[in-house]
Amino acid sequence: MIWKSFSDFWSMGGYGLYVWGSFGVTAALLAAEAFWARRARQNALTHVVAELQAADANGKDWR
Amino acid sequence: MIRKLFYFSSPQNFYPLAGKLWPLFACLATALTVWGLWLGMFVAPTDVQQGEGYRIIYVHVPVSWMSMVIYLAMAFWALLGLTFNTRISGMLTCALAPTGAIFAFLSLWTGALWGKPMWGAWWVWDARLTSELILFFLYLGFIALTSAIDDARRADKAGAILALVGALNVPVIYFSVKWWNTLHQGASVSLTKGSSMQQTMLEAMLIMAVAFWMYAIAMTLYRVRSIILVRERHSQWVADLPEVKAKSLEARA
Repeated sequence: MIWKSFSDFWSMGGYGLYVWGSFGVTAALLAAEAFWARRARQNALTHVVAELQAADANGKDWR
Repeated sequence: MIRKLFYFSSPQNFYPLAGKLWPLFACLATALTVWGLWLGMFVAPTDVQQGEGYRIIYVHVPVSWMSMVIYLAMAFWALLGLTFNTRISGMLTCALAPTGAIFAFLSLWTGALWGKPMWGAWWVWDARLTSELILFFLYLGFIALTSAIDDARRADKAGAILALVGALNVPVIYFSVKWWNTLHQGASVSLTKGSSMQQTMLEAMLIMAVAFWMYAIAMTLYRVRSIILVRERHSQWVADLPEVKAKSLEARA
């Protein structure tokens, strides 16, 4: 272990803002991307189901 | 082998394959990130010149590499789509773009946060930074162009041409530090000369790069499944999918 204490680790030798600003925003954006992708899948499923049900309701077999 | 590849170029066959593979790549990405961060943040020593500030390297270099690799992957699928007219190619190109855009943005962001303490400037109009900014705009342009065209096949073609022409920018980014006098430092890792970095630092950085690579693959496979669903919504196999049936029961209830 190269760090003496947690605050030593946190301050990153005075570069804390820059180091944690890089890691933090990276983590946040990747988490947001995973969330967006999940939502896109739910939207896609909803879209597919809505069209299938509309087709059933019309009694048309255009599939 | 070739026949197998064409088999999976059909969305109907690729959808279940992607569904099986993405969790695998996601697990790999997580495990490698934990390993890479532990090595990089707790084991790797302090840099002689940059102190602890150098640790930005463990995100900056991997996201920058991946922003270029993803664009080349897009160009590859675009070329395949244009030449063989394989149906999955355009969907994969579209699925790659958002992850690429995020990595290009992160490259600029972490670069700014690294530039400020080391060079005294968040941003300079230097060849490396400017060409990476152009890459970010190319991603945004690709996303805007393909989503502005309603017909999926035409959107794929237009996007493919943009992806191919834009790919010329990737070697410009990579060699910019050689071709021009830049503030940005040269490559610390080179295919021909090996590395000038300390061993643990290098290992941690390479592990992080592989981790981000796995993440990008997992995300692309996950995203392409949503694209396939929407584009193939009129086909019977989509209607027969268990997740679609579950969703329609949910919608009826």
